[in-house]
Amino acid sequence: MSELISDLDGSGLRLRQETVDAHHGILLYLEEVTVTFDGFKAIDNLSLYIGDGELRCIIGPNGAGKTTMMDIITGKTRPDSGRVFFGQTIDLLKLDEPAIARMGIGRKFQRPTVIEPLTVLENLELAMSGAKRLRGLMTTRLTGEERDRIAAVLEKIGLTEQGRRLAGILAHGQKQWLEIGMLLMQEPRLLLVDEPVAGMTPAEMDRTAELLRSLAGDHSVVVVEHDMGFVRSIADQVTVLHQGRVLAEGRLEDLQIDPMVIEVYLGAGDAYH
Amino acid sequence: MLLPRWLLSDRAGLVLLAVLAVIGIGVPVLNLWVPPDHPLHLTAYTVTVLGKYLCYALLAVAIDLVWGYMGILSLGHAAFFALGGYCFGMYLMRQIGTRGVYGDPVLPDFMVFLNWQELPWYWHGFDMFWFAALMALVVPGLLAFVFGWFAFRSRVSGVYLSIITQALTYALMLAFFRNEMGFGGNNGLTDFKDVLGYSIHANETRIVLFILSVLALAGGYLLCRWLVSTRLGRVMVAIRDSEDRARFLGYRVEQVKTLIFTLSAILAGVAGALYVPQVGIINPGEFAPLNSIEAVIWVAVGGRGTLVGAVAGAVLVNYAKTWLTGALPEIWLFALGGLFVAVTLLLPRGLIGLIRRREATA
Repeated sequence: MSELISDLDGSGLRLRQETVDAHHGILLYLEEVTVTFDGFKAIDNLSLYIGDGELRCIIGPNGAGKTTMMDIITGKTRPDSGRVFFGQTIDLLKLDEPAIARMGIGRKFQRPTVIEPLTVLENLELAMSGAKRLRGLMTTRLTGEERDRIAAVLEKIGLTEQGRRLAGILAHGQKQWLEIGMLLMQEPRLLLVDEPVAGMTPAEMDRTAELLRSLAGDHSVVVVEHDMGFVRSIADQVTVLHQGRVLAEGRLEDLQIDPMVIEVYLGAGDAYH
Repeated sequence: MLLPRWLLSDRAGLVLLAVLAVIGIGVPVLNLWVPPDHPLHLTAYTVTVLGKYLCYALLAVAIDLVWGYMGILSLGHAAFFALGGYCFGMYLMRQIGTRGVYGDPVLPDFMVFLNWQELPWYWHGFDMFWFAALMALVVPGLLAFVFGWFAFRSRVSGVYLSIITQALTYALMLAFFRNEMGFGGNNGLTDFKDVLGYSIHANETRIVLFILSVLALAGGYLLCRWLVSTRLGRVMVAIRDSEDRARFLGYRVEQVKTLIFTLSAILAGVAGALYVPQVGIINPGEFAPLNSIEAVIWVAVGGRGTLVGAVAGAVLVNYAKTWLTGALPEIWLFALGGLFVAVTLLLPRGLIGLIRRREATA
């Protein structure tokens, strides 16, 4: 398909992932987590459990602690107290960002963050799990297996035709999909996706919903989103955050009639449609 | 073709290598075998000036590697250049032997003048060429590694890092100015006599040094070009454009930065080591903050993130400097400042960017 992925020789080192033990059905545990910024409790005694293969939406007003929560899970912010476990055995608070990423947690930023001067293929190659040690980096070639993985992800995110184009000239929606594709190249168990449909057209939103739904099952997917229509179209389970803690959890239909939720989040009425 | 793909696709680089091959052969011929009264004869002075430009060009390539491809704006790279130069200068000092003014077989003149009785421990070994050549790589590399290790691990970046690199070279300048440091203080190291037994003033020696500079630049360029074409090169670009993205993809950003910064410092050290025997002196002025800033301007003028642009910028700006400081010495600094402003405003991608734009519209 392209020069970049036409090499069949070369040796990509696969990094052995420590296996994540999720046999209790829970992939991610946050327990009694608290973070304070200059006296302000951004996260206040938060407990949250994400099931293996679950698609979970997290909603909440601005300042509810959604992004801070992602920062804690991915190692960017250290909580003052609490426990964060990936599966039964992996203590995420002992790991830094690259180690957590290699463990199998992928994070998509709110603003699409792809490497614009590189092609779509090169972006995916960059994100590929394994080969992140120095020896694997000193090569310009791809193995056949790596080539297949990239082709499979390209198809999944619908960018097969765009493989050789520079990421910088992609449309906004395509950049978002490319970034999701980059997460998939990491072979993550858990995907954290921050506002994937902000700025998307309705058609792009539908495709994104389809993409995220297709990922659940093989992966656990946590989506932070403001767009209520989008949340309704994808989520089985919704968690409402408010002032750094879980306000309510359940199906969106049930939450919509929860008076507490309506008051803090949907109270304005026009925010919810 | 026998050339690897990463080189074949680099048209500007092939042009550069061809030019280097032509001057690498042509300059010695025009100097050694064309009679001095012939109009095409190149004087030893011209050869030395060209060799100096090549050393500057290698320094510029080293800066472009970290700045253009990884976004680290080092304003202290001349420090690594100067350290490489001092290491080789120490060898040249030891080669003087009894021919110094005071005729001491071991101590360089400035140590006799300071009434030192014996050679400081850190001067031992520099009477051996291989050791000095090795140290010209190790000392800049080690400093860059230690500096990078602390700075990048603490996630110092952007303008703060630039300021610290500037402080680093300034601190080294002040230290090297002190006589007690044992590097000749203010005067630095000079009055060199010979290198590996050959007179440093002989035409043939100058030609060999010139050819070595051509080879060093070509080798440095090829190394950097290859590096940026590997996966590691793409990781560098990812770090430049979105450090967080790289980190959350699982890359140890600080390790990559430290590695490339160290490599870049070693290249700068090589450039400095070749520079000193050609110009015949190294003094603490080489650590002056302005030198590092000038080198960054060369890269900006040529076009950062292109490697070839760094070479073109270094040669052109230095040619202009040689000419201007001869014709109108007092306006050089204004011209340099004006050039930087003009390039930043009008040619953000430098001369190479201008050429590429012309080609794209043609």
